Amino acid sequence: MGSMPSVGSLTWAEPGSVGRLGEGEVVSDRDNIAASETLLPEFSRLEDERAEDAVLTSQVNAGSNLTADALVRPHTIRSDRAESLLRPDADNPKKRRHRQNADRGFSRVFRWIATGSAIFILAVLAAVAIFLIYRALPAFTATDAQMAEVRTHLPRMTSLWGLMGTLVFGTLLAALLALLLATPIAVGIALFISHYAPKRVAGIISYVVDLLAAIPSVVFGLWGALVLAPNIRTFWGWIAGALSRVPGVTVSNSATGRSVATASVVLAVMILPIITAVSREVFRQTPTLHEEAALALGATRWEMVKTAVLPFGRSGVISAAMLGLGRALGETMAVLMILSPGFLVSLQIFDGGQVQTIAAFIASMFPESAGLTINVLIACGLALFIISMAVNMGARWITARRAEFSGAN
Amino acid sequence: MGQRIDVEHLNIYYGDFLAVQDVSMVIEPNSVTALIGPSGCGKSTFLRTLNRMHEVIPGARVEGLVEMDGVNLYDPDIDPVAVRRNIGMVFQRPNPFPTMSIRDNVLAGVKLNNKRISKGDADALVESSLAGANLWNEVKDRLDKPGSGLSGGQQQRLCIARAIAVRPQILLMDEPCSALDPISTLAIEDLIQELKNDYTIVIVTHNMQQAARVSDKTAFFNIAGTGKPGRLIEMNDTPTIFSTPAVKATEDYVSGRFG
Repeated sequence: MGSMPSVGSLTWAEPGSVGRLGEGEVVSDRDNIAASETLLPEFSRLEDERAEDAVLTSQVNAGSNLTADALVRPHTIRSDRAESLLRPDADNPKKRRHRQNADRGFSRVFRWIATGSAIFILAVLAAVAIFLIYRALPAFTATDAQMAEVRTHLPRMTSLWGLMGTLVFGTLLAALLALLLATPIAVGIALFISHYAPKRVAGIISYVVDLLAAIPSVVFGLWGALVLAPNIRTFWGWIAGALSRVPGVTVSNSATGRSVATASVVLAVMILPIITAVSREVFRQTPTLHEEAALALGATRWEMVKTAVLPFGRSGVISAAMLGLGRALGETMAVLMILSPGFLVSLQIFDGGQVQTIAAFIASMFPESAGLTINVLIACGLALFIISMAVNMGARWITARRAEFSGAN
Repeated sequence: MGQRIDVEHLNIYYGDFLAVQDVSMVIEPNSVTALIGPSGCGKSTFLRTLNRMHEVIPGARVEGLVEMDGVNLYDPDIDPVAVRRNIGMVFQRPNPFPTMSIRDNVLAGVKLNNKRISKGDADALVESSLAGANLWNEVKDRLDKPGSGLSGGQQQRLCIARAIAVRPQILLMDEPCSALDPISTLAIEDLIQELKNDYTIVIVTHNMQQAARVSDKTAFFNIAGTGKPGRLIEMNDTPTIFSTPAVKATEDYVSGRFG
């Protein structure tokens, strides 16, 4: 206890910074009260209760009174060593106050950096949302006369809602088709890498798939427009012909191959790496414990994958697919270069001039737009923003729904 | 009814590394055989060769003979999947399938066999298996809840129920109680005594009291040093191993002088 009062008196003696010293005084005062009112009664109570023990202990430890005391009155006897270990800054009230929590020094700075980063990302999101809403508003509140002016720039627009409706349809159609094509293949590749391939082959395939992600979308666009479209159109024509044999169904197909189907194939290739990479990591984390449980029950390799790996990776694959969907929804360049656009709500996926996606529409119209037309484009961007948010929220909802069975507990 | 296992001159390799050398033993039907020995002596490895589970690790192979009632498990035309269906296994840490309910966990092995099973039969099998694992009364009201929500001891008994639901001939247990508290351990040990009537049981344990309590025969494995293969030192009736073992190393181990 010896050093405590002296700390108090030292701070009093120091002139100049009364406020801070006052705080220091309070702390040391509280310590003094704690010492006199809590510890001392405990000391005497302990001494009463353990009087017999004390006798015994001091007999056992004859020759070492200090040890005996320390055993009997652990709260009252303080060694200088413990003092200096636990109160490294006993003489420095300023430092002492900082030592009251573990969050100090760089720890505190880092806390602000981390908090700042978190706030920054929220601020960016808010800024984008505010920009979109603010700049889209004029398009929603425009008079008919003003919209007629916009229509001279966007001749195929009937009304704002009509335009946005067809574009949202086209965007979702292209992205969902891409997802439908990519997810099974990506899951297959991921399973092959994580559970079937020899280590060397798995490494090479992983690398190649990751490399696919490094190809710029404009290159995909060129390849899709110049190579894929002319070659795949006969295949599309064949499928369209087969489907048309169903009574009452007419499936048209494009002579150039610049259809939603072709664009979706390219989109699928583009989102393949992200879905594969995320699924692969999830499958790899399947606990050996569960794989062995399945094998020990007499499961074949595929049955083991089905009972242990796929259920474990289910929510991860859904997250991966949603990430891919997010990318497909927003993909601009490839669609712009491949798809022959149209403004219909049409399921003729093998024909050109049917639908258009939001991103490709904005990119194609933006360079020659001004005034209210820009607001119309931004309104379309707002719609895309909302769709992407909804997709992400949906993914979270799906993964959280079965958290109880996820294996995390 | 359980079946007997004969092991003759079994060498177990991981790649070129000889992990266990020249093990020969006879495991009688409907008996409990305990495998004891210090860590790394190859007793778990040996156990996993009895249902070919060690083959999961790339490069693992064996030389020698393992027979179940006279049929060599390592014959080229024997299907390892069929071996594992007939020789069930319970692992060190309870491993119910986390995505499945308690009921589905019990039925997991049966459904793997691609058998269509009627709901009535499934219900009966779930009840008999869980009852056989002394778990039925604790979980009968929450069969649709996830198995991972049970306590560790209950999860381990669920794993035993899952293993016996496919009606194996032999049950292998790899330190089944090492992750459990004493009460749950007692429950499993009692269960082992009951399961003995229907299955041949081989159990690996680090707990010598447990070996003494549950087993009829005890096999002591030891290792000469790091990098050397594990060997079967001695196998005999459990009371003999714990009172008058033939080999000095066994005596040292069971009396707690090393290991």
